[in-house]
Amino acid sequence: MSAIHPDEINAGRLTGAITLDRPQVIDERTGDGTLIDDPAVRAPLVLNNRSLHDISNIVCGYVEDKPGGWWLVMLGLTAAIAGIGTLMIAYLLITGVGVWGLNNRVDWAWDITNFVFWIGIGHAGTLISAILCILKQKWRTGINRAAEAMTIFAVICAGTFPGIHVGRIWFIWMVFPIPDSMGIWPNFKSPLLWDVFAVSTYFTVSLLFWYMGMIPDLATLRDRAVIRLKAAASGPTVLPFIKLRVDQLRAWIYGFLALGWRFSNRHWQNYEKAYLLLAGVSTPLVLSVHSIVSFDFATSVLPGWHTTIFPPYFVAGAIFGGFAMVLLLMIPARELYPNMKDLLTLRHLENMAKIILVTGSMVGFAYTMEFFIAWYSGNKYEADVFMWNRATPPWINPRGAPYWWCYWTMIFCNVISPQAFWFRACRTSPLMIFVISIFVTIGMWFERFVIIVTSIHRAFIPGQWGMFYPTPVDILTFVGTCGIFLFLFLLFLKFLPAFAMSEIKNVTPQASPHEHH
Amino acid sequence: MAKKHGKIYKTSAGEVVYGIMAEFATPADTYHAAEKMRDAGYRNWDVYSPFPIHGIDEAMGLKNSRLPLVVGVIGLSGAAVGFTFQWWVATHGFATVVQGKPLGAWQPFIPVTFEIGVLFTAFTALLSMLAFNFLPMWYHPLMKKERFLRVSDDRMVICVEARDPNFDPKKTAALLESAKGYNVELVEE
Repeated sequence: MSAIHPDEINAGRLTGAITLDRPQVIDERTGDGTLIDDPAVRAPLVLNNRSLHDISNIVCGYVEDKPGGWWLVMLGLTAAIAGIGTLMIAYLLITGVGVWGLNNRVDWAWDITNFVFWIGIGHAGTLISAILCILKQKWRTGINRAAEAMTIFAVICAGTFPGIHVGRIWFIWMVFPIPDSMGIWPNFKSPLLWDVFAVSTYFTVSLLFWYMGMIPDLATLRDRAVIRLKAAASGPTVLPFIKLRVDQLRAWIYGFLALGWRFSNRHWQNYEKAYLLLAGVSTPLVLSVHSIVSFDFATSVLPGWHTTIFPPYFVAGAIFGGFAMVLLLMIPARELYPNMKDLLTLRHLENMAKIILVTGSMVGFAYTMEFFIAWYSGNKYEADVFMWNRATPPWINPRGAPYWWCYWTMIFCNVISPQAFWFRACRTSPLMIFVISIFVTIGMWFERFVIIVTSIHRAFIPGQWGMFYPTPVDILTFVGTCGIFLFLFLLFLKFLPAFAMSEIKNVTPQASPHEHH
Repeated sequence: MAKKHGKIYKTSAGEVVYGIMAEFATPADTYHAAEKMRDAGYRNWDVYSPFPIHGIDEAMGLKNSRLPLVVGVIGLSGAAVGFTFQWWVATHGFATVVQGKPLGAWQPFIPVTFEIGVLFTAFTALLSMLAFNFLPMWYHPLMKKERFLRVSDDRMVICVEARDPNFDPKKTAALLESAKGYNVELVEE
């Protein structure tokens, strides 16, 4: 970019006198300019030669402009679903865990399945924000904010289940090391307690990371509100009969949250260091969280759970399921919000599809390995779990597993369906990615169900065998958490900057100080 | 801000001068202007930009941030406190034999030690970032300038404070202008 004042550039672009000078190579099939394979051309991260001002306008526009009609409809719908879930939780707490389909044989089922499902979904956000930051993957800037938000909301849903599954919620404080007159302390040698610490640390650190990343963008929202306040003597008010201007409210709230950030480079220096350190600790943290979740199972002596492959297998599965959820949320958002395709390009989707392919294949490898080791170890119980409690349908052999269809749903969704991403046409088709992401999300839920329920529904002696059937309360509680998750995400899209503006601006070509004409 | 050196400058309207600011068109201009200000020996000045300009630390002559040291020390102390606490609980506070293992066996304490270390590190990273930057600070003279507010959008600004020993309204303004600065103006306290 030549040394023209930004005002002149903006004015020139509006009148058509200036076109920013980067030629774009447009992919003919998809019409997207980021899918360039020519090694001599660096694929742009932001499409349509957006200026810094355009980026602020697009992202702040999602907050400042009236959302589409769909937003309010969806908000109402998800709020209703979340409300039903909350009622189910209240019913459970008042009545007891008997309202779920648990019994003496299967005493962990949907509760822990849902917990592991949601906590796994959270992992994609931290992977994008922390691990890709350390690996200097610049494309993360287009997706990290939304993925981090998704992480936090998913961990909120996840944390609900261990909390309510104890039955007597008023004793939940005993999992925390709180000094009490009984002199009782938690058992720090239990993986279940490690889990409490892992999940609560994960939530807290993700929240801090998310908030710190948002400080500059909140300051942008604040400054834009203040500029509008000064420019016009009157403007839209909060409510017709309340004289407070919306921009005044924005200036206060975003101003409070931005902590007086003023984009000083002396500040940026400390900020970048702190951000890198947070990314540095979040990287082992995200790997540790799902490892510790897997210890809940792996440290037991139950066939099907007692395996050393669990920690890496769980982490790969978590990233796999998490990316699918990011895509499920962002592909519709990309269609519904104006200009979002410039910031969240097909290349972002393609990259995420590649990660789904890699992690899906890792999960497939883990499934195969579990089977192989069950046979190779010579452990009869282990082999029986895989052969007769999971894989073989009862219509092939009467000894077979009543839950066979869960197992094969999992295999189809998690191992077979992502293989479509070997084909570029599938990786660059949002519809195809969306459909496969639905499969992956279903498959990852079934993975946890298969691991938990099929391992415990047939214990060592047949007298301990039984089935688990979900009750309506089971189902509605899970559906309710989906509502909570989407409700929070919709609020996020409306009230917080959905893209990391300062980070996107930093990776645009015009941000480089070395491009001096 | 209290003035430590020399005289107090006032605008023609009689207001105390906080400093002098100039806009720059591109990150490259800002970068080179920062080098000029550094070489001219200014100390109380700053570059404002919508994103951290690559390599600006050297151009401004900033020393390395000591933030990682603080974060490292407190993070490791947190891990140590976490470990000691678990050991105390397992051997003194509520000594219970679990699975026939020695009371003070260290291995099971590692996951929680790690988590507590991470927790301390994360809090220290955010809080020390704020402390090093004297934030939160909801009032600042620059924020009264509408031109300055556009830094959060797409502008780059250099501001030299009046308390800088080298500050002189005319000479500093001339230097900023010679470094391709636009819209040079005084900022009221």
